Amino acid sequence: MKDLVGIKEIEKSDIERILNTASSFKDVLKRDIKKVPALRGKTVVNLFFEPSTRTKTSFELAEKRMSMDVLNFSVPTSSVVKGESLLDTVRTIEAYGVDFIVIRHSSSGAPHFIARNVNASVISGGDGINEHPTQALLDAFSIIEKKGRLEGLKIAIVGDILHSRVAKSNIYCLAKLGAKVRLIGPPTLIPMDLPEGVTVFHDMDEGIKDTDVIMMLRIQMERQGKGFFPSTGEYSMLYGLNINRLGLAKKDAIVMHPGPMNRGIEISSEVADCQQSVILEQVTNGIAVRMAVMYLLSGMQENE
Amino acid sequence: MTKELLNKKDIERMLLRIAHEIIEKNKGIENICLVGIQRGGVHLAKRLRLMIKGIENTEVPVGSLDISLYRDDIRIRKGHPVVRKTEIPCDVNDKKIILVDDVLFTGRSIRSAMDAIMDFGRPAQIQLAVLIDRGHRELPIRADYVGKNIPTSMSENISVQFEEEGHEDKVVLQSKE
Repeated sequence: MKDLVGIKEIEKSDIERILNTASSFKDVLKRDIKKVPALRGKTVVNLFFEPSTRTKTSFELAEKRMSMDVLNFSVPTSSVVKGESLLDTVRTIEAYGVDFIVIRHSSSGAPHFIARNVNASVISGGDGINEHPTQALLDAFSIIEKKGRLEGLKIAIVGDILHSRVAKSNIYCLAKLGAKVRLIGPPTLIPMDLPEGVTVFHDMDEGIKDTDVIMMLRIQMERQGKGFFPSTGEYSMLYGLNINRLGLAKKDAIVMHPGPMNRGIEISSEVADCQQSVILEQVTNGIAVRMAVMYLLSGMQENE
Repeated sequence: MTKELLNKKDIERMLLRIAHEIIEKNKGIENICLVGIQRGGVHLAKRLRLMIKGIENTEVPVGSLDISLYRDDIRIRKGHPVVRKTEIPCDVNDKKIILVDDVLFTGRSIRSAMDAIMDFGRPAQIQLAVLIDRGHRELPIRADYVGKNIPTSMSENISVQFEEEGHEDKVVLQSKE
């Protein structure tokens, strides 16, 4: 395995190896010196064609904790605005001699395309409405950390599944690890082609009943007004997570959100800040998981 | 071809001697922390703790150290890297850290282990205890406590097997063809 472009493309054993390795990196993050020389001498470029603060920060911190040299390439200041093609941009970057390319792009499949055309390891930081694999891995890691396992857990993913690459990656990841996935949202925001075993609910109260984990998705304000739902007020009433609704899930259910949150719309402040919320732990775990991915990919680069 | 070099009893005697030597050299066990290098060293460090307790009637802390993240050969090793647990049970500042490993060979693992320990703090001393010293050092490193010196050729391999991993305790010499 040279690249991580999506969860769909990898095996259950790969996922498990990444999650196991990530727990060692989480230990590193708890030390006074939060840095190891494991990837010293390697170079990574973060290529973000879409705005991102948290994913980019998380990757950059993970890269620095592994002692890599980090280049950041942000689109508004780059030659992309001068009309350079994606492939030319990436080939130029590869000619600098980088070992890893982390890419976020608004077109689904962009990381796959680049992975086929360069020797460096390509890691997707999210592509279009396709996948966001490292987010799903950190979510799985966070669940296992709290629940000890994933197999057999009832996990609800709530919101705009159709446009959410986080949801897609999570559906693949959780299904591969044996969790029971429920999707909750209005019919307009649930995709048609779903993997086997995934159940769909349009009524939230019914859907989150007895669940172990509730993953809320950000309602993408930029898609408002395209007719997917009547108003944010109505959406919030039907699919927002408040403390009463949370009571329908299991007593020890955990609440997750990939951020950034719209407080008061998909999640109430009370829920976001409650004991059952693991939202901030997800952020910390994200660094450990991304360190693990880069470490494992680098170990495999040389073996092929 | 494989040949058994040491059995359970031999290993036990060597470890007991090392336990005595550790106490003698350090004039007691004050400020000592044993740190086993994953995986064999961890088993040995735990056994040494029991033996030291038998002699001095006091427990010394035992930690485990995984050196994967400090190695210099990630690009030439085969197979998937596995990162095991690192647990250092005490503040290493001003402690005497005794690294424990099963086989001392090129010295590169010990170099990595020292780097890893230094990231936890500034120990007063780092000492090294090994069950087998098979020679072929590539770095200026020597052990303070050695169970047995076994001269080997580069084509041979020393394998230490542990009850803790479901085998019989023994040290085996494997030669290619």
